[in-house]
Amino acid sequence: MSYLQAVKNPQSNLYQVPNLETFRNNLANHGIELTRKKCTTLQVNVGQLCNQSCKHCHLDAGPFRREIMNEKTASEVIRLAERFRFETIDITGGAPEMNPHIKMLVSKLAPLTDTLILRSNLTAIAAENQKGLLELLAGNRITLIASLPSLNETQSEAQRGENTFAPSIRTLKKLNALGYGRPGSDLQLNLVSNPTGAFLPASQEHVEKRFRQMLADKWDISFTNLYVFANVPLGRFLTWLQSSGNLESYILKLATNFNPCTLDGLMCRSLVSISWDGYLFDCDFNQSLQLYMGGRKKHVSELRDLPGPGDTIAVSEHCYTCTAGSGFT
Amino acid sequence: MDTYYHPKDLLKFAEMSEGAPELGEKFFSYYSAVFAEGELTQREKSLIALAVAHAVQCPYCIDAYTQDCLEKGSNVNEMTEAIHVATAIRGGASLVHGVQMRNIAGKISL
Repeated sequence: MSYLQAVKNPQSNLYQVPNLETFRNNLANHGIELTRKKCTTLQVNVGQLCNQSCKHCHLDAGPFRREIMNEKTASEVIRLAERFRFETIDITGGAPEMNPHIKMLVSKLAPLTDTLILRSNLTAIAAENQKGLLELLAGNRITLIASLPSLNETQSEAQRGENTFAPSIRTLKKLNALGYGRPGSDLQLNLVSNPTGAFLPASQEHVEKRFRQMLADKWDISFTNLYVFANVPLGRFLTWLQSSGNLESYILKLATNFNPCTLDGLMCRSLVSISWDGYLFDCDFNQSLQLYMGGRKKHVSELRDLPGPGDTIAVSEHCYTCTAGSGFT
Repeated sequence: MDTYYHPKDLLKFAEMSEGAPELGEKFFSYYSAVFAEGELTQREKSLIALAVAHAVQCPYCIDAYTQDCLEKGSNVNEMTEAIHVATAIRGGASLVHGVQMRNIAGKISL
């Protein structure tokens, strides 16, 4: 049974791992019903094209992907943001910088929300053909969320590919020079550190402290906040878990570390996620499984009302990632 | 091939309380307190544990503290350096006893 078939069968666990309780049953055993709250965030995946092929990517994004949001869909996303005032709009990919309409999207979405986020891998953003992008982002007060898994070059490049670490450090310095992440600046530069393998992330507080000290000491780099996220067993990371024989122990580790306290802050409770071709999901991870919002394939152009409090959320066993330990915000 | 060491046996560690519950409770409570954040960080304590695990050559401990070090944010280079510390002390402990050999040999030799 393929993963896409398994995800549609509520009786089986997605990974077909023995002794793994389905996520639905696990919630029921805890007497929990996972439903939506007020929708405050719009997440837009502008495509799976990326200049990197990170081993932990849940979408298999890479240089050879052709799925990319076109101008028509981008305009429909802008119309949605005009109709409903979202507190936060979060642009992700792939490498969102590689979408040819990214400057238009940023310029038009920025006035429509309190916080516009762009997720960056720190290499695509500084490419030769991206002239003026950094200045546009700074001018529109865009919040940046940038991947930097480790301060060790070997460990970082084991996840993100060769020749990614030094360029990332150069980009961070460039962003600091523009005012991003500097103390007292309102230009937010937030870092994300994912574990570089089949293990849980370290304590966010401790990693942030260490990164802050080491980045300052070694490169005079500063940042606003740091977040740690566990890797989601989907896409390219799932393929690696299978081929390396780590899948069973990893998913059981996530399930064993299920923490009901994480449920209140789960992003799927207050977010609408739009795929590159304009379809609606409860989160970006569900895009990998074609697990549509509300259980049916619906396009952004068909959306009359936002999902609201009490509405159901599509879940499967990959959801153990966001509920493990300190969780995923 | 059968072996005395099975990775899954590590999960049975707590069963060691069954034969002597009071001692087990005291040990595991102490163990937990030792690894809590203190003057040393949990990351530093985990690196020390990894080094000691290699010195006492405990496969269970090596498995557990390799994973724990990674989950505490250490990298393989740091973990390798920690093992070299244990190696240096183990090797140095042998070598420094050579002073006894030299003392005894010196005493009984012409």
